[in-house]
Formats: sequence, C-alpha cells, structure tokens
Amino acid sequence: MVEKDPKFKNMHGFANPARFLRLARWLMPLLLGVGLVLAFGALAWGLLMVPPDRLMGQTVRILFIHVPCAWLGMAGWSTIAVSSLVELVWRHPLAAIAARAAAVPGAVFTALCLITGSIWARPTWGTWWVWDGRLTSYLILLFLYFGYIALAGAAQRDAAAGGGASRVTAVFGMVGAINIPIINRSVVWWNSLHQPASITLGKSSIDPTFLWPLLIGALGFSCIFGGVVLARMRTLLADIQAEARLRRKAMA
Amino acid sequence: MSAIKAKHQRLVLLVIALAALIGAGLLAAWALSKQASYFYVPSDLVAHPPEQGRAVRLGGMVQRGSIKTMPDGVTITFVVGDGKATVPVRYAGITPDLFVEGSGVVAEGRMEGTTFVADNLLAKHDEKYVPREMKDMTQAQAKAVVAETK
Repeated sequence: MVEKDPKFKNMHGFANPARFLRLARWLMPLLLGVGLVLAFGALAWGLLMVPPDRLMGQTVRILFIHVPCAWLGMAGWSTIAVSSLVELVWRHPLAAIAARAAAVPGAVFTALCLITGSIWARPTWGTWWVWDGRLTSYLILLFLYFGYIALAGAAQRDAAAGGGASRVTAVFGMVGAINIPIINRSVVWWNSLHQPASITLGKSSIDPTFLWPLLIGALGFSCIFGGVVLARMRTLLADIQAEARLRRKAMA
Repeated sequence: MSAIKAKHQRLVLLVIALAALIGAGLLAAWALSKQASYFYVPSDLVAHPPEQGRAVRLGGMVQRGSIKTMPDGVTITFVVGDGKATVPVRYAGITPDLFVEGSGVVAEGRMEGTTFVADNLLAKHDEKYVPREMKDMTQAQAKAVVAETK
C-alpha cells in the first residue's frame, strides 16, 4: 500500500500520505461546507442587503466577488511558491502535490478577478480595460498560471515516462512569485487608474457596512479554495497510487 | 548526517537564489518607475511640458467649482490639480458617472498651448467605500464614523 511505497519512506509525520488522507477525508467536506455557507451568506448580504455606495451606487456590489477573487488569485500563487520551496529544500512529496493542486483553482480565481474587474471598470471608470500597472501585472499572473499548469502537466508526463524529477516546475513556481509583491505594490510605485489598497494592516477605508460582508465572503471563498485544493490533492495521490499499482502489475 | 547537510545546502542555495531574484525584480520595477506610470500628474506636465500635440495622459483631482459647460452645451472645461500645480482641461463628449468635482480623473489627450485637450475621460475613484446615507451626514459625524473605521 501507500505506506510501503519507497517514494514515501523516511519522511516525517506530515509527509505520510496515509495520515494526510485521513486528515483530508474529514477536513475537505468541512471546508467546502463551511465555505459554501459563508460565501453564499456573504454574497446574499452584499448583493441584496447593503446600501449603495455614495459614488458608485449599486455597482459597488461587485466588490463582494471581485476582492475575494483577487485575494485568492494571489493566495493561490503564494501556495504554489511556499509548496515549491518545501519541495525543493525538504524534498517533501506532498508539497509537490499541493503546489500542483493549487494551480487550477488559483487560475480560476485570477480569471474571475479580471472578468469582474473589467465589468466593474466599465460603469465606474468608463473603460473595460487599461494597461496600468495593477491590471497589467494581474494579467501577467493569469499567464503565469497558464504556464505553470502546462509545465506541471508536461513534467508529470515526463516523470511517468521515467524522466527526471519535476524540479523545473517548482523552480518556475518560485520565480513566478516575484510577481506577487509587484501586484501588491503596483498602485504605490506607479500612477495607475486602479485605486490604492483599501485594506492595509489594521486599517480600512471601507465602511464597516461593506467591510463585514466582504471579510466573511473572503473567508468563505478561502475555505472553498482550501477544500478544492484538498480534493485535488486526493485525486493526484490516487492517480499516483493507481499508476504505481499498474506498474507493479506490469512488472509481475 | 549527510542528508541533513544536503538539506541545509539546498536551503542556503535557494535563499541566495531568492535574494538575487527579488533584487532583480526590484531593480526592474525601479527602472520602470517612470515608464510604467499610467499618466502624468499636473506638476509633471508643468515642469516638463510634452511636445504640443503628442498623445499623453493627465491624471489628478478635478478642482472644486472648476467644471464649466461651454455655450455649445457639449464642451466642458475644468481644472486638474495635484496640490502643487494645476492644468486647465477642455473636453467634448459624455463624461463617466464618477466624474465629479473633488474626485480623480485621468484624461487622454494632448497639450494645445497651455490647455490640455482631452479625447477621453476616465474616472479615477479613491479607495474609500462609503454608503450613501453617510454622505449626507455633517462633517463632524462623518469624521467620527471614519475615525471609527481606522
């Protein structure tokens, strides 16, 4: 079984896939359930109950989708970067799987952020798209995700064919992380059409009326993200197991 | 023992590589500091006026009480400032909803004489989100509410 697979030998506690799978089995549905309840509750609150903004009017409601998506697009790549570091330094097999599992949900949230942002920009700024620092660096994040997903897929096929380890993917995951602080600072370093950050450490320029549904929504979306990552990790582990079993059968 | 050593070696190498990478990224961003800006602020335009007729963007705050409609009913003039300098702007067309006095604007156009002639206006709003009811509060009330949120 998994525990006897030589690939997973000599790893410390959390690297044990059997232990991870036991944890994921109850944590994944819990995260998904809590996340869906929080996200839908916060969306209903934000879309139906909060008053319109002083300047934007009703369009302010896109905030409650746009901001959680923006946060998770960046959190997704941070997950990839941290997991890649753990993979490269500690050769932790679950870290590689976590990094690959975070790529697709991260890309989806990044795309949703760009789409909702564009829809929001038309009525507020008067344009669908501009090439300012924030929008451009965020679009680059989406392209980085596409590159990462393609590279991870190619590395997986290569490994299955008996090729070398997929270190390239982890290196790409870490190099791409340089874009995260650039996105964060883009509105400070460069004049941009996008406004500066509304929420900074301990401070908020968002009125509490909007802030609460926003924070609860962000928490809910984050739980959904975590649940999806766990589900994808289980799938990837099952794939690896099935492949190993097939190989053993072929050898016998 | 040797496994631990290799692990540390990888960690050190990676930290060095990361430091180099972040350094390179910051250098690149710093080199882009002027080029990557989306618009000029009025003090830039006043200090280094671009050639007449060259397409540029001007961004700043629409000065209070400066929006005036010309007799033709379509053309408006207003003044954009950044606290240090001001530039008069002329524009004919439909303005975005968020184009109001005391708020941000990005105008695409060119200098004609000392006036900036805009082909297009984009509204640039600030990072504050406040419900409509709060707008009608007295300044003291609004201040108290804003102080609460900080």
